[in-house]
Amino acid sequence: MEQLNKTLERFGGVNLLPVAVALVAFVLIGAPSSWVTLTVAGLAMGMMIFLMASGLSLVFGLMDVLNFGHSAFVSFGAFVAASVLGWLAGWLGSDSVFLNAAAILLAFTAAILFGLIAGWFFETVVIKPVYNDHLRQILITMGALIVSEQIILAVWGGTPMSVPRPQFLEGSVLIGDVANEVYRLFAFVLGLIVYLALYVTLNRTRIGLLVRAGVENREMVEALGFRIDRLFIGVFMAGSALAAMGGAMWAGYETLITPALGAEMMIVVFIVVIIGGLGSVEGTLLGAIMVGLVANYVGFLAPKLALASNMLLMMAILLWRPNGLRPAVK
Amino acid sequence: MTDTDTQGGRIVKLAVLVIAALLLFAPFLFQDIRSLEVAARICVFIVLVASYDLLIGYTGIVSFAHTMFFGFGAYGAAISLKQMGPGWDAVIVGAVAGIAVSVVIAIAIGLLSLRVKAIFFAMITLAAASVAMVLASQLSHFTGGEDGITYRTPDIFKTATKLMVNDEGKVARLFGVKLNGKLAAYYFVFASSLILFTVILRLVGSPIGTVLKAIRENEARAEAIGYRVVAYRTFVFCFAVVIASLAGTIYAIWLKYTGPDTALSFTIMIDILLMVVIGGMGTMWGVVIGATLLVLAQYYLRDLMGSAAEALSDLPLLPYVLDPDRWLFWLGIIFILLVYFFPKGIAGTIAARGSRA
Amino acid sequence: MSLLSLKTMQTQIGQYAVLHDVTMDVPQGGVFVLLGRNGAGKTTTLRSIMGLWKPSPGSVTFRGQDITGLHTADIARLGIAFVPENMGIFGGLTVEENLILATAKGTFDPDRLQRVYRLFPALETFWTKQAWSLSGGQKQMLSVARAIIEPRELILIDEPTKGLAPSIIDAMAEAFREIAEHATILLVEQNFEFAKSLGRDMAVIDDGRIVHRGTMADFVVDKALQDRLLSLSA
Repeated sequence: MEQLNKTLERFGGVNLLPVAVALVAFVLIGAPSSWVTLTVAGLAMGMMIFLMASGLSLVFGLMDVLNFGHSAFVSFGAFVAASVLGWLAGWLGSDSVFLNAAAILLAFTAAILFGLIAGWFFETVVIKPVYNDHLRQILITMGALIVSEQIILAVWGGTPMSVPRPQFLEGSVLIGDVANEVYRLFAFVLGLIVYLALYVTLNRTRIGLLVRAGVENREMVEALGFRIDRLFIGVFMAGSALAAMGGAMWAGYETLITPALGAEMMIVVFIVVIIGGLGSVEGTLLGAIMVGLVANYVGFLAPKLALASNMLLMMAILLWRPNGLRPAVK
Repeated sequence: MTDTDTQGGRIVKLAVLVIAALLLFAPFLFQDIRSLEVAARICVFIVLVASYDLLIGYTGIVSFAHTMFFGFGAYGAAISLKQMGPGWDAVIVGAVAGIAVSVVIAIAIGLLSLRVKAIFFAMITLAAASVAMVLASQLSHFTGGEDGITYRTPDIFKTATKLMVNDEGKVARLFGVKLNGKLAAYYFVFASSLILFTVILRLVGSPIGTVLKAIRENEARAEAIGYRVVAYRTFVFCFAVVIASLAGTIYAIWLKYTGPDTALSFTIMIDILLMVVIGGMGTMWGVVIGATLLVLAQYYLRDLMGSAAEALSDLPLLPYVLDPDRWLFWLGIIFILLVYFFPKGIAGTIAARGSRA
Repeated sequence: MSLLSLKTMQTQIGQYAVLHDVTMDVPQGGVFVLLGRNGAGKTTTLRSIMGLWKPSPGSVTFRGQDITGLHTADIARLGIAFVPENMGIFGGLTVEENLILATAKGTFDPDRLQRVYRLFPALETFWTKQAWSLSGGQKQMLSVARAIIEPRELILIDEPTKGLAPSIIDAMAEAFREIAEHATILLVEQNFEFAKSLGRDMAVIDDGRIVHRGTMADFVVDKALQDRLLSLSA
């Protein structure tokens, strides 16, 4: 048994879980073309959720701060991007790929900028006074979430808002003989790029080293002479910006968004960070991919179960590993 | 509640007594239907919030699923009353079913999360509550979906029921109040709420209450002394959940309607949080004050905002700010400020002030 | 003038007062040993110096500068290193990353690195291994190495011999002697045998108070005092 465990560990251990899920789904689904479509959809969804969740996980790991208002950044990102895309509808409709790309780039930039600023504001005004006090932290960030949702309602109204997509991201492409939505591929690739950038930052730079060490043992990093609290603002802002970017991508994916989006995504994001293990970026990616795949497979195989699938997945994983799949070393 | 002997503590107690008296005589003091609605809602929410305070104030665990358990009780009663017809048997079946489902789910959640990080608990309860909400709207043949369920309650609670008749065979009046089924329903709500609240008070005053406080103050120390922290937490969670479920059943009987808005929505969870924070976490007197104030504000202040917005409609900005739709926005702001500056809430702050004087 | 001096330092953790009156002077150079029973307040004293707990009232003076209430990171930058009881190793980081993190600029001074290699050859062997995979003794070496990779005047070391094999303890003592030639070590110990071979000056803490100050030479010969303060030979 131990031998088996070691062999599995060498091949990636829990990282194999999505592969295993995909294989089981392949057998259950039977039709390869449906399977490919679902897998691509699941991966795309997973990458977007990863963007939304990564910041939450890091912020918790580094400062023991759990921000229940995190999903507000997702909603704001979605609505800001949708508004920008709405203003630039002319560019989107044009045949020029350049104008198309410029529009979506501007929309994402706006969302990211908003996330940075809102993140800074949130950290300084809302969270700083309640470091080290979990109970009040949960209450206050929850209060902030309520206020943020009300602001979105006041600014954008309660009716669903449609999100225009640029021309070049409409339609589908053939992979082999399977049609896949272009936007999904785009979302997956973009998410992957962000993940790689994050990975390199965390593993190849001095700031990344400080963040990783800080997640493990904040006091010790301070005893070595570094101010984690100053680093933390940066991480918080980056996490908020990633969440806003995830929201912006999600808006384009759904094409119709409502103010309830934040609350809906919050649940998924929580499930992802719990599954993955709080404080670890790799764990968050793993959790997000799992949630994305399972949601799509189950949605196809047993639509009635789709709603509860995330919840069941979380329960199963927590029973197996109470701290999540790949928790940060503490 | 150690400082209820202070001057401030006495003020708090007095306020609670006044509220209790007002609720007891509500049908006679405020003779309109809306006021009775308000009074009944206050009764139910005092119980609901008190059971929540057991968790957040006395044990220091944050659950976002309290409304879900309230909903189980309400839907239990609603579904059984709908299926079995209006009778006490249906009420009992519904109440028991609600409690059973609540306890099973509470234990499942407790096993999953009370063992590990306390913070998981908040996240998992939130996730569970959202799944319950979605399920309630999806299983519409069972729960009535978004429309909810309307049903009849035991005959004694019908408005047309005459509890006593006068010489002419019409419903008798006492101090001008008709002695009809509505009155019976109100006193049913009042009495059962009072009983549940007393049960909670007893628990808080018992040795278990002391242990809970020890755990909240210093978990590691309580564990070291030999208390089985997880067992205590799970017990309190189950206890609170049973009370919440019963409160749901009571409210369902009073309203004769159960739907997502009255029994499951996240807005109710926010209300509960506000009430417990306004009143003061960790004091049962505070719960009474918090629940009363917020329910009153919901019914009357909101109207006031509406009429103020209308009256000021010519002015810039003000009507927009006072729009009743902004209600939740302002509550959220007040909530945050309270948690920052008055974490002890009204009751806690007043009680503490007296002790310094 | 002493390098570090603590004046009537009191520290509360939560609602419990752990230190009641810690007053002592640590002179420049050599190993200063702080002895005491379990729970006497040794670890809390080190953490209070480091600013990880805030002592109040009372003061901590380092090289004549009042550092009470400063941020831990700023205290470290003034030249105090900390080797905590649990070693504070970053298990997910490699040995190299653990060490490079401890440098101020993110690059190694070649001479100091050679010195670390010489004192603790095992670290060079496991240079690219993740730190969680090291043995207890190697982790302790890494923790000490981290404290000397930058020039520091004062090194706080909390029970370095806890749970280590005798052979490793000897190697550790050897390393401490070398380190103490260039810096001052404030060593907290329960292992009296280890401590007496190193210390020049010493103090004993009990129930949050310094109850004895003196030289190690005097203390070693005074059996009665040892029994009274440490109840070693019970």
